[in-house]
Amino acid sequence: MGAILFLVLAVLTVVSALTVVLHPNPVKSALALVVTLFVLAVIFVLLDAHMIAALQIIVYAGAIMVLFLFVIMLLNLQNDDPDRGRRRLVLRGFAWAGGLVLAIELALLVRGAPVGTPGAAPAGYGGAAAVAKSLYTDFLLPFELTSILLLVAVVGAVVLAQRQRRPTIS
Amino acid sequence: MELIAVGIAGVKALLVLLMVLSLSAMLLWVERKGSALIQDRIGANRANIFGVLPFNLGFVNTLIADPLKLLTKEDMVPAGADKFLHFLAPFLAVFPVLVTFAAVPFGDQLVIGDTVINLQVADLDIGILYVLAMSSLAVYGVVLGGWASNSRWALLGGIRGSAQMISYEIAMGLALIGAVMAFGTLDLQAIARAQGYHFFGVIPAWGIIYQPLGFLIFLIAGIAETKRVPFDLPEGESELIAGFFTEYSGMKQAAFMLSDFAESVVVAGLATTLFFGAWQVPFLFREGFHFPGGVVVAVPHLLVVALQFVSFIVKVFALCVFQILVRWTLPRYRYDQVMDLGWKYLLPLALANMLVTGVVIVLLG
Amino acid sequence: MIVPTEWVLMLSAVLFSIGVVGVLVRRNVIVIFMAIELMLNAVNLTFVAFARSRGAVDGQVVVFFVMTVAAAEAAVGLAIIIASFRNRTTVNADELALLRG
Repeated sequence: MGAILFLVLAVLTVVSALTVVLHPNPVKSALALVVTLFVLAVIFVLLDAHMIAALQIIVYAGAIMVLFLFVIMLLNLQNDDPDRGRRRLVLRGFAWAGGLVLAIELALLVRGAPVGTPGAAPAGYGGAAAVAKSLYTDFLLPFELTSILLLVAVVGAVVLAQRQRRPTIS
Repeated sequence: MELIAVGIAGVKALLVLLMVLSLSAMLLWVERKGSALIQDRIGANRANIFGVLPFNLGFVNTLIADPLKLLTKEDMVPAGADKFLHFLAPFLAVFPVLVTFAAVPFGDQLVIGDTVINLQVADLDIGILYVLAMSSLAVYGVVLGGWASNSRWALLGGIRGSAQMISYEIAMGLALIGAVMAFGTLDLQAIARAQGYHFFGVIPAWGIIYQPLGFLIFLIAGIAETKRVPFDLPEGESELIAGFFTEYSGMKQAAFMLSDFAESVVVAGLATTLFFGAWQVPFLFREGFHFPGGVVVAVPHLLVVALQFVSFIVKVFALCVFQILVRWTLPRYRYDQVMDLGWKYLLPLALANMLVTGVVIVLLG
Repeated sequence: MIVPTEWVLMLSAVLFSIGVVGVLVRRNVIVIFMAIELMLNAVNLTFVAFARSRGAVDGQVVVFFVMTVAAAEAAVGLAIIIASFRNRTTVNADELALLRG
């Protein structure tokens, strides 16, 4: 039952991921990415990672993608120009071939992984308490460093996106 | 049997959906007549069915004539607008709001024979996170509605609206953390049940006693999230015509208005669950009333369930009416004032609330 | 509901490859960014799958950090794009070639 549900979700994910990469309109690409993130969150729930699924929607689908849409709207981006020129098409073909080779390689790598079907999850697995416990004890240093990273990112984003003030002549 | 469980869940979901939709419809009427009362005028009272009604309180107007009008209006898509996005935006506005109610409990439990039915559509152990996740998805309806209309006012309203929503989401989430710390769990049904006992046997242990400041911050942030006055610059009626849903007509406009009222109901529902004891009736336990004097009144199970459900609806309705009162009393905030309030005042206050709550919890053990 | 871990890992491999192709093929800088986010999410999926397989939540904590770093990176990256757009009004990666030798 879980396997069938996962197959349906996997197909949805791949279709929306392909839309992100292929669609010429950046707004539709962004929306397709939102759908991908949402379906991934559902897959996380299927894998008993409830807290991470909620965080995925709050942080990724609810904040980061809104930021993307803001920037696209701010810059008023229209559809991308279609590709012209033989060189460009050949390069594209190489890129797709490379991607296919990568996918096959990764799939073969994964086949050899020593994981079977997982057993029943331990009690409280994936809930907020379990993740928080591990986060604040084993991973305390990365946690503090991440908070500094976020502060740096906020300051950096504000400074970079500011309008240049004209120098005043005093 | 699995099928019975699925059937019960379906019935609950339908019930909750009907509840939210009917509350929204009632609120529409309360808003029109209430605003008329506050502004010392009569309000809508003309439409009636074959002149039958002796006195007209505007029911037919609001609940029958207006929806019919919106249903039968021509659906226009502005020239140059992206058709797909224009069609999608109302759905994205309505869907997250209606889905949020899946985690809100509307009763304790219903015992039929051997089966115990938990009166909550989905008993999630991360209930509050789910609610926050769905409210953060509500931004897309606004953003896309503004962008897809290919119109200056709509774009302005859309950008203002989404900036406002994501700013106040933070304050809302942090205010909720205080309540989560006080109750020690993210599960909404567990929080509702934890508010069942009484201090000194008399005062019900509702969340507002633990977190008065948290409730205030949550209410203000919630009203800002729903884009109602005094935070309704995104749809500033005297400035941007209708803001981000200027270019929508007919059912799509009805969908946006429904999302407005349904969001109001969601904020009220959350506030009720966390700060006002959800479905708890003071002194009512599963077997009956246990009054302070020692008086015990046994109450049959179905009556208990009905009383709890009614108490939930009454509390949600009261908070919604409060929001309506606020709407028709206060003037509109300017945009920079809205941003200042969200980032410079509510956010530090919510953090301070979290700090004080944490300290108190550690001190009291 | 139990999902065979291998299937999840395969999905993650496919998503990662789609992201790589996206970075290579598209010229709109913002879409390239979105493809990078896709790759990050594929990695997140791998971590969650392995965490479930081992029954330990450490994998989920790493996902938490990956999400945070992705958020920071997206914010700064988009700010850079906005800043460079002011000068050259283009988001075409082919035309943003001032540093080319």
